[in-house]
Amino acid sequence: MAFLVERWFYTRVLLGQALSWARAPAACLNFNCMLILLPVCRNLLSLLRGSIQYCSRTAARQLDRNLTFHKLVAYMIAFHTAVHIVAHLFNFEFFMDAQLKRNSSYLPFILSEIGTGDNASFLNPIRSNETSPTIVMFTTIAGLTGVAITLALILIITSSMEVIRRSYFEVFWYTHHLFVIFFIGLVFHGYGRIVRGQTPGSLRTNRPDRCANRFDDWGKNESDCAVPEFAGNPPGTWKWVVGPMILYVCERLVRIYRSHQKVVITKVVMHPSKTLELQMKKKGFRMEVGQYVFIQCPSVSRLEWHPFTLTSAPEEDYFTAHIRIVGDWTQALYEACGGDKPEQQEAWKLPKVAIDGPFGTASEDVFRYEVVMLVGAGIGVTPFASILKSVWYKHIQNNQEVFTKKIYFYWLCPETQAFEWFADLLQSLERQMADRDMADFLSYNIYLTRWKETEAAHFRVHHEAENDPITGLKQKTLYGKPNWDNEFTSIASKHPGSKVGVFLCGPPQLGKSLEKQCLSHSEADVKFIFNKENF
Amino acid sequence: MGKIEWAMWANEQALASGLILLTGGIVGVAGQFRGWEFAAYAVAAGVFVCLLEYPRSKRAKGTSMERSGQYCFTVCVKSFGPLTRNYYVRAFLHAGICVPGGFMLATVLGCVCLAIASLIYLAAAIRGEHWEPILPRKDSRKPVAESIKNPPQNPPPRPPPETRRKQAKDVEAAAYDNPMTVTDDE
Repeated sequence: MAFLVERWFYTRVLLGQALSWARAPAACLNFNCMLILLPVCRNLLSLLRGSIQYCSRTAARQLDRNLTFHKLVAYMIAFHTAVHIVAHLFNFEFFMDAQLKRNSSYLPFILSEIGTGDNASFLNPIRSNETSPTIVMFTTIAGLTGVAITLALILIITSSMEVIRRSYFEVFWYTHHLFVIFFIGLVFHGYGRIVRGQTPGSLRTNRPDRCANRFDDWGKNESDCAVPEFAGNPPGTWKWVVGPMILYVCERLVRIYRSHQKVVITKVVMHPSKTLELQMKKKGFRMEVGQYVFIQCPSVSRLEWHPFTLTSAPEEDYFTAHIRIVGDWTQALYEACGGDKPEQQEAWKLPKVAIDGPFGTASEDVFRYEVVMLVGAGIGVTPFASILKSVWYKHIQNNQEVFTKKIYFYWLCPETQAFEWFADLLQSLERQMADRDMADFLSYNIYLTRWKETEAAHFRVHHEAENDPITGLKQKTLYGKPNWDNEFTSIASKHPGSKVGVFLCGPPQLGKSLEKQCLSHSEADVKFIFNKENF
Repeated sequence: MGKIEWAMWANEQALASGLILLTGGIVGVAGQFRGWEFAAYAVAAGVFVCLLEYPRSKRAKGTSMERSGQYCFTVCVKSFGPLTRNYYVRAFLHAGICVPGGFMLATVLGCVCLAIASLIYLAAAIRGEHWEPILPRKDSRKPVAESIKNPPQNPPPRPPPETRRKQAKDVEAAAYDNPMTVTDDE
């Protein structure tokens, strides 16, 4: 909509530049509000990802960063809202000015008087001088919806700050649902048609370039300028947001449908490292390596769904998730599964759960690389548990030709207890690989990044033991952080001419340093391609 | 929502409200709107609220994330003692501060946001939360023992990794002479 044309001439007489300053962010807001719902349609993204993968792996990888995109669009919405509001503050002030300066040789006042009789062809939405901008704001549709949606936006933003999101997830999640109010208000924001321009019919009888100065003569018999008439634009925001809103509704319906499908917990394992392992079965459930699901437990909370990476391989007939007990919801789930009771829980006493997913992340791409570097920090090792198991099954059960020839696995861990459940997996893999003479296939390095003085003494004493004192594995645990430069250089020299996929599940700082290493070590013959998990 | 500390959210909301009040006030004064006196008040009130809310409180449970450069603000806010420690006082203070903002369009948004922050602080106060300053931790480590003054002069009496691996399989071939004679410390 161009606001610098003839139709808006008289409006600009009243408002000056502030009209354009308000309409421009409004147009941007239409666009951004359309975009914001799309990155959070998980099922749609999974579908897209699956089909795009066949064309271009790079394009599919961009879909991993959907949350980053959602946040960027949110920042833009906040910024444009601020500009829009400031401009409208000026607009309201100018409208009020025009009503208050009651001087018949003042064009803005004359313009404000138009339409007083029929209340339809007016220009100035403030219809009398006995009101104030604040009152007008609360008595117009645009004003009321504007206040409502801005408040909703501000509450959403303050509860989405990292501090609140990481520590009090429920506040973040429930407050975020104010977006429903936001979108409803947004659609109705323009229904009052408060921004008014000259009607095309009126433009023929009153051309602003000729008639603007002769406003004393408007409507008089001998002048060729009739009194101008104004009307508002029909609301246009709904055209932008209706599509994504429908898509999002479909997304939520899919999630509800999935949640009603029956999921049975077949086994519950309590690991000492405050980790709960749930083994589940669901009819028709199919997964790929490294995918994640959302788990809901109605007896704990009807409205919360939390994501957990699947730690089982697709070849197994059940699926498992290892859940670390860190907050309210996980603690309640632990108690519902009988974690705090000394004896085992009866099978029929286990809580009902619902699963949404599985959703894909970068780990699906692991098998497309000939050489792979997997780096997991602490609990971030979970997607790789799934990959290692799957690789194993592929080799022994089906004897499939697996494209991946060599896996380098790095596990960085701050405490010894967290090793425990994963160490079991590595131990069994180690044994089986030794049996089949495949020790070369997987090269793993475990780094203990923090330790206490007392533990250090124990390590020193048991240094010569055949099995590592912490993990029980033949491969010794290393202490401190890995020297990535050396690691990358040695891998580059061992595998010239190949593409090495680097997969990380861990903190962002580690991601940045690995990304830098990938870039600096990617020379002519060997390319390191960096993939990051998105949680 | 058992373990939620409402004060953390109230703090974010109040800080945002302070900024919004400040912005609304600046617009009102710069544009010389009618009622600009309220806008001037909003500028002062906004700055005050921002200064009061900038230092984050220490969390009752878990690690507290400081805002950058908040230490000097922490010291100032701490010096008011019970006035700033108690969240009832803060709730009523914010409720009072926000009222004049409601008289002018430019500051209405800041007023409503601050009122909401005041309500959340009231909820925090009812649950017994209070403001704790985040002060730098005094390191109370034991003084380093005398013998650990100098870095080791000699190589460790341990064979290198290759030889260690050999030891497991073939004891004879892994015979290794230490470069230095190994003696007991005492």
